[in-house]
Amino acid sequence: MKQNVSREEFLKGIWRDNPVFAQVLGMCPMLAVTNSAINAVAMGMATFFVLVGSSFLVSTFRHVIPKQVRISCFIIIIATFVTIADYTLLALVPGVHKELGAFIPLIVANCLILGRQEAFASRYPTKLAVMDAMGMASGFLLALFSLGAVREILGDGALFGFKLFGENFEPWVIMILPPGGFLTLGVILLFFNWFKTKKDEFLEDVAAAQRSEG
Amino acid sequence: MNATANTANPSSLRLVLTLAIAGLLSGIAIIGIYETTLPTITANKARELREAVLKVLPGVTQMQALVYRDGELVVVASPDKDEPVIYGGHDDQGAFVGYAVPAAGPGFQDTIALLYGYRPGDRQVVGMEILESRETPGLGDKIYKDADFVAEFSALLVDPEIVAVKKGTKTGDNQVDAITGATISAKAVVRIINEAHTEWSTRYPAPGSEPDLMDTEVESSEAQP
Repeated sequence: MKQNVSREEFLKGIWRDNPVFAQVLGMCPMLAVTNSAINAVAMGMATFFVLVGSSFLVSTFRHVIPKQVRISCFIIIIATFVTIADYTLLALVPGVHKELGAFIPLIVANCLILGRQEAFASRYPTKLAVMDAMGMASGFLLALFSLGAVREILGDGALFGFKLFGENFEPWVIMILPPGGFLTLGVILLFFNWFKTKKDEFLEDVAAAQRSEG
Repeated sequence: MNATANTANPSSLRLVLTLAIAGLLSGIAIIGIYETTLPTITANKARELREAVLKVLPGVTQMQALVYRDGELVVVASPDKDEPVIYGGHDDQGAFVGYAVPAAGPGFQDTIALLYGYRPGDRQVVGMEILESRETPGLGDKIYKDADFVAEFSALLVDPEIVAVKKGTKTGDNQVDAITGATISAKAVVRIINEAHTEWSTRYPAPGSEPDLMDTEVESSEAQP
């Protein structure tokens, strides 16, 4: 049973409560850095590290932090992790750091992260909080990657820098420009909402059928 | 650990202490990571700069930093901060080849920082490398992704000045074919080089009397636009 609870906390972030597709949080990095798959993944990994680290600390110290100053404490914790991620990326992968530029420090302001601290990590035991953070961060990473992959394939004819099509492919440049981010995100959100409506209708039908049988 | 702390109204002292301790720990963590990564970051920057200098000055294997002080170019081991620096490039035998000049200026979206190689003997720009830019992906970023455009700067006369012309209409040795769809970025690159050249050309000593190669290699000085 306990196993199931933490698995549930992990899985909900990937699909049902996906931070991007279901909660529409963290739109700023989502649109800004997904012009190539590698940037999207690097951003996703940095966010993963920050979210899991902060959730762990916030949840561990949730009884020590007075609630009057909790938001400031969360921000201090988050900002520390972001700075660590910033310097680590700068030292290890300067190329990627250059592309992501100002958006790494801006992880501090990602409402997804502060939102999880306030809504979940500060109320639940450490293990659940970490599972929740890992689920949400994986969901965010997945969303960034799908957007980045679509935009890079259409806009550059490549994935992770490998050319997928021949020389004759005419890149659809608008896809790696800002409007492409909005277009792709819009189409993906459309699909998610369509799917959710269909699923709700299906569940209603099933419930109705069961009622008439009973 | 005090379970009632969350429910009862804690004293101001406790609030202040909590934040102070959190800030202190955070500060320690940040200093720790800064100190740990600093050597790698500095080494990366120095290597990048060195690679860029070798790229814009073909044939160069050794370099030294030069600054303009009291009316002449002097070799310095570690330039002062905020002091404009150029790099003298020398070949295997230590003979002078050319200058690598960092320059920066406004592009289409943000400052473009670049490094260009200049051979005073031929009065030619012999190479150009973009160090930093945030030009539009797919269009403006062709100033460094388009090999044809970068190659335009491999033998370019600086007299009377470099001119960017519409793609395909290049006629003179001081002209650069601009990039279709990224004219502003391409012209910005040309303008930045022209401005830097105007500024530095009066400071170069007569060809043949350039500063000799010193034994001190350039250490970890950053390119200063």
